[in-house]
Amino acid sequence: MLSGWFIALLATAYLGLLFAVARFGDARADAGKSIISANVYALSVAVYCTSWTFYGSVGRATSGGLSFLTIYIGPTLMLLCVGVIIKMIRISKAQRITSIADFIASRYGKSQLLAGMVTVIAVIGVVPYIALQLKAMAASVDVLLEHSGGSFQVLGLDSTFLIAVVLALFSILFGTRHLDATERHEGMVAAVAFESVVKIVAFMAVGIFVTYGMFGGLSDLFQKAAASADFGRLLQLDSSRAGTWTSLIILSGLAIIFLPRQFQIIVVENVDESHLKRAVWLFPLYLLLINIFVLPLALGGLLHFDGQGVNPDTFVLTLPLARGAESLALLAFIGGLSAATGMVIVETIALSTMVCNDLVMPILLRSTGNFVDKRNDLSGLLIGIRRAAIALILLLGYIYFRAAGEAYALVGIGLISFAAVAQFAPAMFGGMYWKQGTRAGAVAGLLAGFMVWLYTLLLPSFAKSGWMPSGFVENGLFGIAWLKAQALFGLAGLDEISHCLWWSMLANIGAYVAVSLNSKPDAVEASQAERFVDVFRFDSRNTEARLWRGKASPDALVQLLERFLGAARAGQQLAAYATSRRAEHWRNLPADADFVRFAESELAGAIGSASARVMVASVAQEEDLGLEEVLDILDEATQVRAHSRELEAKQRELEAATTELREANERLRELDRMKDDFISTVTHELRTPLTSIRALSEMLHEDPRLDLADRSRFLGIIVTEAERLTRLINQILDMAKMESGRAEWTTSEVDMGEVARESMASLEQLFREKGVVLEGDIPSSLPSVLADRDRLTQVMINLLSNAVKFVPGGTGRVLVRVSGAADLVRVEVHDNGPGLTAEECIVIFEKFRQGGNTMTDKPQGTGLGLPISRQIVEYFGGNLWVESEPGAGANFIFTVPVPAPDDNNGRQTA
Amino acid sequence: MKRANPTRQRLAALGLLGVPLLTYPLLSLPSGELGGIPATYLYLFGVWAGLIVLAAWVAERGK
Repeated sequence: MLSGWFIALLATAYLGLLFAVARFGDARADAGKSIISANVYALSVAVYCTSWTFYGSVGRATSGGLSFLTIYIGPTLMLLCVGVIIKMIRISKAQRITSIADFIASRYGKSQLLAGMVTVIAVIGVVPYIALQLKAMAASVDVLLEHSGGSFQVLGLDSTFLIAVVLALFSILFGTRHLDATERHEGMVAAVAFESVVKIVAFMAVGIFVTYGMFGGLSDLFQKAAASADFGRLLQLDSSRAGTWTSLIILSGLAIIFLPRQFQIIVVENVDESHLKRAVWLFPLYLLLINIFVLPLALGGLLHFDGQGVNPDTFVLTLPLARGAESLALLAFIGGLSAATGMVIVETIALSTMVCNDLVMPILLRSTGNFVDKRNDLSGLLIGIRRAAIALILLLGYIYFRAAGEAYALVGIGLISFAAVAQFAPAMFGGMYWKQGTRAGAVAGLLAGFMVWLYTLLLPSFAKSGWMPSGFVENGLFGIAWLKAQALFGLAGLDEISHCLWWSMLANIGAYVAVSLNSKPDAVEASQAERFVDVFRFDSRNTEARLWRGKASPDALVQLLERFLGAARAGQQLAAYATSRRAEHWRNLPADADFVRFAESELAGAIGSASARVMVASVAQEEDLGLEEVLDILDEATQVRAHSRELEAKQRELEAATTELREANERLRELDRMKDDFISTVTHELRTPLTSIRALSEMLHEDPRLDLADRSRFLGIIVTEAERLTRLINQILDMAKMESGRAEWTTSEVDMGEVARESMASLEQLFREKGVVLEGDIPSSLPSVLADRDRLTQVMINLLSNAVKFVPGGTGRVLVRVSGAADLVRVEVHDNGPGLTAEECIVIFEKFRQGGNTMTDKPQGTGLGLPISRQIVEYFGGNLWVESEPGAGANFIFTVPVPAPDDNNGRQTA
Repeated sequence: MKRANPTRQRLAALGLLGVPLLTYPLLSLPSGELGGIPATYLYLFGVWAGLIVLAAWVAERGK
């Protein structure tokens, strides 16, 4: 049924499909229509889920229960720190960084030593991980073949080797199409995203089949497991392993950005920073979905194969096979194949770039200068090196797989790789956020961390595989007990991963910080530190030009570019650069700092920043600026930035002050205008009575024959007008005093009812003369208010005399109503006069504005009574207003607040 | 990108919130089972899903 040939055919067909997808992606990229959308990017990040996830998680869950989830929770939390990742992307784009080795080397002064170290650590750390993928593929093929009883060999080579060869071919075809490593591999990314879809579909299909097809759903599965003492413990977390839980979250959180393939996908292959916003939740969602059925599958396998000794790492295949669901098993096989191939392809491409740029190139450039000089076009050589590196890495992985065999479970190998790449964390984070981190510090930290990792994790795993004596693990090196590899200095009780993480991080961070603080960076390091840490603020235009001084020949630089990039690509880049500087041809450009920098960054994209630096230095006569000068330039740049920020702040302050001044000026003008109005109104008001007094006086003076009756009538008018004049002047003075706050107020307890009664009594005569009825509704006991008695009387009299003025003689009625409440005393003066329009209700409180038509009627008051009254009432915290409608009389109301009891007491004793 | 980006800060805050929620000692709180499914299993996937939903909301809202 499932013959070896059929499986081979299926796998080949699937890989063929991958080729097609990648081809399509590349074709679209070449046509300028990229298919890399935010979703594709997020899915490609799921290259994190390797066959270790696909097969290994289930195996791990059969022994550790839910602890396998840590490997996926860590990345979820790390990815939420979008700022860190965006900074990495921004730096990498600005510096044309192509790998994590290049990143660290570039930050610490474009150091070839550091680049080489990082590459070695990455290769040693990750090759076992690649071996793990090959092993998983071999195991899955074995399971299928075992089931069908067939076998598959071509020319005596085993299937794993063939798979490795096909993968190498795929990586070579799509990973080394362009020389420039910053050129994105869109076809590869598309293929990886496609594989991510395949693997999640396959895994969930198996999960649903087992959970709902073989068992009665999640709860049935869990209950059956809980019934067994052995399996029941898998459902509970073991809180004694809290330390391991946290360590694994940290470790996997670091792995998601520092594994070479993750750095490649997340940073180097990123097309658009905004894609991260999708990845930040879509990728965790992917992780969550692919993990939901891991524990059910593990329990299902344990329950189904209880005691049959089936390898838990293969449950994903063996469970469907046990039920005869061969097509589902084949789907799972394809899913596992996807998981493994995706990882291997991206990882080998990332590692090959590092090996080529950071290990082989420096050696070639250094040892055989003649050899490099003789070859005119080196771009072919570079691609050849990269292809060889891919093949070599896969071969190494295959050899490791053969040698390690069944020695170690899948999950162990993955975590060893995670712990290896975690050693990059201090140098990376320090490099991005700490300018004082130096090359010496980074070298020391990496070396210390790597040695501890080697001694406490990798070598013991070799010892367990039987490749070397295990004495140093069991008894300690040279028999010294506190040098036991997995209980260093007696630190026992931790699992090996936590133990390694703890000691290696202590050594790594300790050495990095201590050496950094005690060493001086050189000029290149100092300027790179500035470029990395301040990537969002670095003013490249002005500062870059000053950070390089020397003489360069454009021809030599262009020749260099042509040799490493190939003539066609170099010409293309040069033309683009010339256009960006508004020149027709690069020959018209001076070989200045900017040109040199352009050439160096182009070279960095092809051969890494460290080698690019060496090559540019070899053709240009550079002046060594020295640390002091570089620091001066950088400080100056910082100061200029600070100054410009200060200036901006000052400018904002000035603008604010100007606005305030303008407003104040407006207010002053308004006041000035009001004052002018006031004066002109006052003069007008004063002139009216004066004119009539003068006219009458002149008549009296010039006409001695005027009869007595007329005389006394005229004199009467003169007296009234003079009184009006006096009143007007008094009121103006009063008003001015109040407005300027110089009025004198004597505050005492006042009985409002008494004030009302007295005012009514004093005006009784006036009312009687006009035949107006004056009525009072005043309760005998009212709460006292704190106010100036005379002033309140003034308000009352003003309101009453207004009322009598406006009501019709004979039929007029004025009602005074005083009422008290807990917090205020309310006084109403109601009349049955002509009433006021809504507009008049407002204007009568303005100065010199009176009720009625002032143009035709003789003014009946001064026009100041109501404004003064309102000022008085408001001074004591009350309100004065009028409620009226035309024809319905007017109701003037004012309130005066009653002091709170304790307040009242206070005033009395004072 | 002169000033700190609020979306990035909100996402980072979510990440920091996730750390205590998904590690010990809080992790030892859920016990027993709910509808036949272990409470720890539900808690882990529930908090995880909650973080993802919040992150999706924060990240996609600004567009």
